[in-house]
Amino acid sequence: MTIDRRLKAVLRVFTGLVLVIVYTPLVLVFVNSFNVDRTFTWPPPGYTLDWWDLAIHSSGARDALVTSIEVALLATAIALVLGTLAGLALRRTRFFGRNVVSLLIILPIALPGIVTGIALNNAFRTMLGLELGFFTIVVAHATFCIVTVFNNVQARVQRLGPSLEQASADLGAGPFKTFRLVTFPMLRSALLAGALLAFGLSFDEIVVTTFTAGPDIQTLPIWIFQNLFRPNQAPVVNVVAAVLVLLSAVPIYLAQRLSGDVVNTSAAP
Amino acid sequence: MTAEVTTQGLTKHFGEVHAVDDLDLEIADGEFFSMLGPSGSGKTTVLRMVAGFERPTKGRILLGDADVTDLPPYRRDVNTVFQDYAIFPHMDVIRNVEYGLRVKRVDRKERRRRAEEALATVRLEGYGGRKPSQLSGGQRQRVALARALVNRPKVLLLDEPLGALDLKLRREMQLELKQIQRDVGITFVFVTHDQEEALSMSDRVAVFQDGRVEQVATPVQLYEEPASEFVAGFVGTSNRIGAADARRLLGTPGEYAVRPERLRVVPAGASVERGELMLPGRVREVVYLGPTTHAMVELDGGATLTVSRPNAGGAEPPLEVSDRMVAVALHRNSLIALSGGTEETEETA
Repeated sequence: MTIDRRLKAVLRVFTGLVLVIVYTPLVLVFVNSFNVDRTFTWPPPGYTLDWWDLAIHSSGARDALVTSIEVALLATAIALVLGTLAGLALRRTRFFGRNVVSLLIILPIALPGIVTGIALNNAFRTMLGLELGFFTIVVAHATFCIVTVFNNVQARVQRLGPSLEQASADLGAGPFKTFRLVTFPMLRSALLAGALLAFGLSFDEIVVTTFTAGPDIQTLPIWIFQNLFRPNQAPVVNVVAAVLVLLSAVPIYLAQRLSGDVVNTSAAP
Repeated sequence: MTAEVTTQGLTKHFGEVHAVDDLDLEIADGEFFSMLGPSGSGKTTVLRMVAGFERPTKGRILLGDADVTDLPPYRRDVNTVFQDYAIFPHMDVIRNVEYGLRVKRVDRKERRRRAEEALATVRLEGYGGRKPSQLSGGQRQRVALARALVNRPKVLLLDEPLGALDLKLRREMQLELKQIQRDVGITFVFVTHDQEEALSMSDRVAVFQDGRVEQVATPVQLYEEPASEFVAGFVGTSNRIGAADARRLLGTPGEYAVRPERLRVVPAGASVERGELMLPGRVREVVYLGPTTHAMVELDGGATLTVSRPNAGGAEPPLEVSDRMVAVALHRNSLIALSGGTEETEETA
């Protein structure tokens, strides 16, 4: 496709503008993590590594980070198992109400977090009589993490069609062997992409977490939110935020590469 | 004759659609058996029921003496060559071919040897290390065939396996398939909508229409003695002579079909051989088809017959459209009486 030269120039300017608007604040976070001034005056009067040192030794930030990773890993694990099962079930069988079930599985990702949060908070405390804590956060996150895995699996299964699995059965493999030798290898890259997205979703979730975390437990986003407006902690928050930017880029980058992968070239022999 | 595959009253309904209706078939051991019919005639559904991918609504399927109607695909001693080949894209060729042996826990050395052997059978020696994406359509087709043959099944099911190949390759594969079948001695059940394919390879052919079998016969019988108007029209081309025309032109009751290559266009008033009829008419259309030329001759009284003449390069006068009277020579022995015709035939017969 050939594009008019002037149009090309305009597009370039717009693209640049959008990227500047999105990324300048992020760069600011980085710069401020070295800013001597506690109130982040601009331009920075001087630079220091003190905040980085403080952050590394801040037990609150460290504990919150560990909690966040644990929650995200567990929620992703649950999502992988349930999302795969649901994806396979909905694409490999026909039953009354199949589309409704599909909609119900996807809905949690579209629901406002505040609604999910309040609903789960109520259900956990009053109906089930549970103490809010680590476990309740994991379950709450899993409800929307399932969606990313489910969507990826469903799309892949749809595209593959039934004939590979039928060929496997035809050649004498029972359902479990077929899953291990054919279905799973074909799903692998879709599962990885779904899992990385799920991990990312859980890792930066704050609204639902606020309603489902007990008083004694903090995920990293909640820790940041609570410390941002404390004058003593603000610079440390900047450091944590800078680290998070770097960390979150990794799974998104990987997920993007994997989901663009063609089935034919995805799996090793 | 021992039956390798038997269907008894086999029936499959998809909702309101009767895809297969009360089908009784017996396929002999070592036979190359084709199921021929237009799309939607139920032939593929029969194949899928024999393979175990569809459950029959009614009826039984036997492999040898064993009733396999309720067995899943992986417990049936049949293998399938799929229309789209269904080669596993994440495995190289040799792993694809040895898959069936692998799931049956044949040890590694033995299965490699047999897989190499199967690849040799389909003339793909040395292709074991290739990825499926590096193969041409014809090669994929062979891999699919080798992957099925390596298991030495009682019956090999082939679902339009040549449909995706171009004409030249298809002709070559037809010959090769027939040779391979003769070499390995396995019963082949072959589904196709291509009558030429069915005629050229099969020991017997079942012609399907609307979920029912119209006729099961050898290719020669099918062509020379079609059992119904549908078969006469579907297998090869034929001129249909309805009851009214038959009475007027032939002076006999009943309905008939006659193959275009059994007719000749001769000058009007040419001498008549014993048993030959002369039907006067005019050439209305001439179609050159390479090996043959077709002439459409409109007979006096309205009926049109298609006459096929080989282009043998002889001294025969060229066929051309004109208002000059000619005649179509038709030998009575070439007439195919159509059974199972309309009520009128039965009355007059």
